[in-house]
Parts: sequence; structure tokens; C-alpha cells
Amino acid sequence: MIQNADCVTFAPEARNKVPNGWQTRAILNLAEYGVHRAAMQNETTRTAWMTLAILLATVFLNGCGTQPAERAGSTTGDTTAASLDETSPVDAVLKVASTTSTRDSGLLEVLLPEFEKANHCRVDLIAVGTGAALKLGEAGDVDAVLVHARSAEVAFMAAGHGVRHEPIMHNFFIIAGPADDPASARGTDAVAALKKISQGQHRFVSRGDDSGTHKREQSLWLKLGGRPDWGNFVESGQGMGPTLIMADEMNAYVLSDEGTWQKQSETFQLAPLVRGADDLKNPYAVIVVNPETHPAVKSGLANRFADFLISEQAQHLIVNYEINGQRLFHADRLPEESSE
Amino acid sequence: MIREGIQEALKLLLRLDAPVIDAATRSLWVSIVAVFIASALGIAIGLFLARKRFPGRSIVVVLFRVGMSVPTVLIGLLCYGLLSRRGALGEFELLYTTSAIVLGEFFLALPIIVTLTHGAISRLDRRVFETAKTLGAGTGQRAMTYLRESRLAIMLAVLTAFSRCFTELGIAMMVGGNITGRTRTLTTATALETARGEFASGVAMSLILLTIALLVTVAIALLSRGTEEAES
Repeated sequence: MIQNADCVTFAPEARNKVPNGWQTRAILNLAEYGVHRAAMQNETTRTAWMTLAILLATVFLNGCGTQPAERAGSTTGDTTAASLDETSPVDAVLKVASTTSTRDSGLLEVLLPEFEKANHCRVDLIAVGTGAALKLGEAGDVDAVLVHARSAEVAFMAAGHGVRHEPIMHNFFIIAGPADDPASARGTDAVAALKKISQGQHRFVSRGDDSGTHKREQSLWLKLGGRPDWGNFVESGQGMGPTLIMADEMNAYVLSDEGTWQKQSETFQLAPLVRGADDLKNPYAVIVVNPETHPAVKSGLANRFADFLISEQAQHLIVNYEINGQRLFHADRLPEESSE
Repeated sequence: MIREGIQEALKLLLRLDAPVIDAATRSLWVSIVAVFIASALGIAIGLFLARKRFPGRSIVVVLFRVGMSVPTVLIGLLCYGLLSRRGALGEFELLYTTSAIVLGEFFLALPIIVTLTHGAISRLDRRVFETAKTLGAGTGQRAMTYLRESRLAIMLAVLTAFSRCFTELGIAMMVGGNITGRTRTLTTATALETARGEFASGVAMSLILLTIALLVTVAIALLSRGTEEAES
């Protein structure tokens, strides 16, 4: 129903595949401790601790049971980047920083498993704000960055933090608002809509978090000569999901990416008002982080990830991706698509 | 990053940075109100559970004890369900207000205060109960005696509840909404700075939070020592 406050999320399917060194150890230790305690206690407490120990042991054994066969060889758990990156088909981990709205669109749940299967690797997706995603790339904490903030991407490349920048796809932001549309924003373009909303001092919920979506909103306000201040203008400082929920609760206007909107809007009272306008185009790109400044970066795998995203296979997956019967993304690397 | 954070924190504090002061006072105010209400109710419940026998009492005690470890996001989620337009209390339009955070933090603080008060009074020397009874104290007088005898432990319970409320994130984010200048607290501001990639700024916010928490702890420690000395 609502996004949790955690910033970091790993792809669930990736998590299932790994029997996880430290988690296993932690569970085992706990179970052991339970047995130990049970030996020293009176009857009731002993039963309680025994139950706990058995429970934990069951969890642990189940965890082992689902262990995929290819993991059997690498018992040590910790993978070393250098040995696995280029050659070995075993168990490399690619860390990708992306934005919460990209994650929330659900597209990566379709794309990542394909890449993981083909490359025998696991992709850990770290979904944060655009600013944080680029910072993670700058610090070399991730191998690739998948974002949608063109000017920030250009600056990132210019500063030498990335070695490869590939446009992948685009979609459109939308402006949603109360179904009765008191500002008459429906059918205009984004700048005109924002002008009407601010002039009428209608309720508007802004992300206010320096995310790609927020940056786009700010650049739209700049075209109007700066954002006027009015009492009904609210900054949520949160991701797209919670911000949309807030706008819906307040019956306010809001700028959203199409993906998150499609995912969540079914129960909303808000209506989409401005859609597909030229000034709402939202281009996505992948950046391979510079391995020269950060030797730990797995540039080989990251390059393969970029290759995959612009491959015909991935591009077809992207165009055909639908939520509630609606296509969400336009591929940038398919001949018939790029002409539009 | 940590060093930058400390520098940034000092800068923000020395400048009396308006958004930071705003978030800090809101954090303080919200948790004080929530803990105050939770204390009024929680100490009474704790006392009742410790001194009255009734069927199912131990179940209630266990439930409150479990309540201490309910994650704040879950409390936030349940409060959201309650306060949402479609929720049971939707008509009051409390969602995304500080009152909503107070409500959530009340649910966070209550089990802590009940459980710790219950524990403190249960641990009192039997003779306290016996003496109070033989001296013919009324119910109210007896209650006051028990509370006075365990006041340090109860103060600690209240303090624990306060620090839990003051530093929690899930409730403030979900039902407060982190709205600039209205419901932003120190913890949601920290989360926002982190999401923005302003890590040093996030550390700075946390340091300010910790400083306030430390000051409160020290103040209460001094206060309790003061009362001890005055009585002895």
C-alpha cells in the first residue's frame, strides 16, 4: 500500500537465490545459543528455548534446501571481484544504483532476471534518490547507475566519474490532479498547467527531494521565471509512491512519472490531466562507473549490463512492458521507435 | 564523511539554521506530548497490572511486552490505515499533521511505559505493600506510595519511551509525511538528506538529534540525583 522508509532495497528474486553467509551463520549461532540456554534452565524455559532452537534450525535447513546447484562449488560465500568479473560464469554480483521511481515501475523485475540468467550473476539494485544514486556512483560504491536526470548525468560524465553513458528509453511525466480540475489544467502542456495551478493557488504536492522528478519540476518552474510561493504548495520530501498517496489524500495536483502513476493510480481519486506533452519527456540512461578511479568497480560486468540494456532483446522487453494494459516506456534503441 | 558531518552540524547549530531549528523543536514537541499522554495512561495501566489480580492478566502483560518490539513502520502503517481518507478516522483530516505523529508515537510509547512500570512495581519489596495495607492507606494513597517507591524506575521508563519516540523514523515519515515546515522532524530530515545524497548533512542532522537526546538524559539524571539528595 505504501513505500517503506528504507532507502536500500535488493531485488527480491536475487535475494532468494543466495543462501547468504552471514545470515546462515547468525541463524546457526542463535540456534546454538538456544540449545545452550535450554540446557541450563528449568522445565518451562527449557521447552521455550528448545522450541526456538528447533524453529531456527528448521528455517536454516529450509534455506539450505533451496540452494541452487551452481552455488555448491563456491562454499566460501565471499566473491572476489577480480577473479569472477571477466571470466568465470559463477557468481559475480553487479551493484546498480537506481531511483525509487525506476524500481517502483516494476520494469527492472522483468529486465534484471534476464540479465542475471544470461550472465550467471546477481544484480543488487539499490533504489535511492537520483542525487544519492549518482553519489554512490561517484564514490565507487556501485558499478553502474541507472537514472533519469539528463543534466546531472552530463555533469557526472564531465567530472570523469563515468566511462560510458547510454540512453536506453524514455517515458513521460504526467501531471495529475483533482478529477474536477479546478485549475483547468487538463489538455494543456506542463508549463501552462503549472502556471494555472500557481495562479489559482491550488493545492500542489512537490517531491522536494532533489530527485529526477523534482529536478524536472524545478526546471518547469524556472521556465515560468521561478516558482511563486503559496500556502497550498507542499513539499513531501519523499519518494514518488508516498508523494502520490499524499497528493491523493489531499486531493492536490502533483507531477509524477508515468510508471509509478500507473502502478498506484487504480485506487486514486486523482485523474491524469496532462499527458505526453513535449516538456514532460523523461529520458533514462545507464552509466558505467569509472573503474580507473575505483578499481573495485566491476566494469566488465557493468559494460555487459549496458550492452544488454541497449540490445534488441531488452529493448523489446522495454516497449512491451505494460502495467494495467498500458505500455510505459518508449525504447530509444529500436529503429522503428526512435523515429517517432 | 563523519568529520564533514561534525563540521556541518556545528555550522548549522551556530547559524541557528531555521529549517534545522524548526525540525528540532517539532521533534521535541511531538515526542514530549506523545510521551506525556502515554505516561498518564501507561503508568496507571502498569500499576493496575502489577497490583490487581484478574483472569487473563498475564496475557495482557505479555501483549504489552510484545508491543515494545512492534516496528515503527508497522505502527505508521496501521495509523495510516486509520487516518487515511478511506480509514475509520479519515473525516478528522489528521493525516500529514503533527497530531498524526503524536498519535503514532503514543502507541509506540505506551507499551514501553506500561511494561517498565509494571516491572518496577512488581519488583518492589513485599513489605511496601504490607505496610501500606496495615497502615490503612486508601487505594489512592497506596497507589501514590507504590509510585513514589519506584519513581526512579518509572522515570527511566518515561525517558526510554521519550528517546524511542524522539529518534523514530517510520511513524513520522508515514503519517507525518515529512512536509517542509509543517511535519518535518529531525529523523525525516535525516532520511531526506540521505536520499538526496547529502550524506554529511544527514550525519549533521543525526548529531544534532543525538546531542538533544544526550542533554535530556543528563538533565533527567541530574534531576533524579537532586531529588535523591534532598530526601536523604
